[in-house]
Amino acid sequence: MVWDWLPKYAPLLLHGLWLTILLLVLSVVFGFILAVPLGLAQVSGPAPLKFGANLFCRFIRGTPLLLQLYILYYGLGSLFPQIGLAYPSFKTEFQWLIRLDGFYYALLALSLNFAGYEGEVMRGGFLSVPKGEIEAARAFGMNPSKVLWRVWFPRAVRNVLPTLNGEVIIQLLSTPVVFTVTVMDLMGALYKVRQDTYRIYEPLLFGAAIYMILTFAMTYAFKRIENRIPQRR
Amino acid sequence: MFLAASFWELISLGPKGYGDELLWGALRTLQIAVFAYILGIVIGFFGAIAKLNGGFVIRSVFEVYTTVIRAIPSLVLILLLYYAGTDGLNQILQSIGIGPIEINGLVAAICVLGFLQGAYSTEVIRAAIKSVPVGQFEAARAFGMSAFQMLRRITFPAMLPNAIPGLSNLWLVCTKETVLISVVGFTELALATRQAAGNTKMYFSFYFASLLLFWLLSEVSGLFFTWAEKRVRRGQPELA
Repeated sequence: MVWDWLPKYAPLLLHGLWLTILLLVLSVVFGFILAVPLGLAQVSGPAPLKFGANLFCRFIRGTPLLLQLYILYYGLGSLFPQIGLAYPSFKTEFQWLIRLDGFYYALLALSLNFAGYEGEVMRGGFLSVPKGEIEAARAFGMNPSKVLWRVWFPRAVRNVLPTLNGEVIIQLLSTPVVFTVTVMDLMGALYKVRQDTYRIYEPLLFGAAIYMILTFAMTYAFKRIENRIPQRR
Repeated sequence: MFLAASFWELISLGPKGYGDELLWGALRTLQIAVFAYILGIVIGFFGAIAKLNGGFVIRSVFEVYTTVIRAIPSLVLILLLYYAGTDGLNQILQSIGIGPIEINGLVAAICVLGFLQGAYSTEVIRAAIKSVPVGQFEAARAFGMSAFQMLRRITFPAMLPNAIPGLSNLWLVCTKETVLISVVGFTELALATRQAAGNTKMYFSFYFASLLLFWLLSEVSGLFFTWAEKRVRRGQPELA
């Protein structure tokens, strides 16, 4: 075991850790914002919306994240330059889109992936709220959006909170795939150390330890949060 | 898209098309997934029994195994175990005098994924066994069944209905994790698709094709597990 590379690559690894956490937080936030309408549409939407949301969730859950990432990065990523070749004005105006960094594709893929899984979780959450509570809210004269934001949504989130917390940890454990599209997250940094120093195991072992610490810390934090919110069963 | 006319030619079977390469990749993926899944369940079954009945040392070993595996990203573990496993085996072989051997990539992939699956299966099967009422085991013992008889006649059939939803989930995870093997350079569906897409520059179409293949697999598996759960639950009251 040789660890002398560690000080030299510490800044790279730290930056990688920052990118991993950034990707996790942003994708969870964006994904959850998408998941709420996806769950709601599956529970009470009109038939076409219900069908569409269900199809999206099934597609995301039925296919690997790595391939979803590839179709966005390589597929969409190669589409924009082709449009640029066909329409020069697009090339000048949307230069940023053509040269978009892998990070944004990774963020998009992770967010859509999280949305697909959580859309299904939220569907269960919305269904788990007792009918009587929603009827009571209506009887108080709340309009549909008030019923949703004051009663239905908070109760649904509370019911699925343990599941959601577990899913966030699973999301952390799936972020490393983004290194395959040139993102220098923690995994990308570890891979670069491997290539530079020819050490096969040490960087990976180091990374495994970091991910493990993150997982345990998050598990602990979520437990505290869950205990602090009172729930009567 | 723009090149749609020639896409069918490119995805066809035969020397000009990549259809056969994709199907080969899909077959490889399926092969890895099936064997890794079976290996995982075997490990999981013994792991569950060890965790429930083992002594302190055995219990602790499996506790560490399931906890550590489930707290580290699969991708990191696959890279680590794939290299460490093949390298370590060769070092052992060399030290006892047999030269280094070329380890079959397929076998290595199956072992690595099976090892990961084992940790998840252990937890699923352990929970399933724990949800069988204790009275059933006590009754079996009172009838004088040996430990093996009890396992075969009581534990296994009684825990199966509780285990199938979790195991079906694990199968889907397993199929999806096989694509991570492409990172170590083993040609399965994801890598075959990447090569086909790279050669033809038709990224979108090829990735879409392989995503659809995967989706088909997931949906068919879903149908199978629904049927399987119905079958092992026959005679039991409906779930709420």
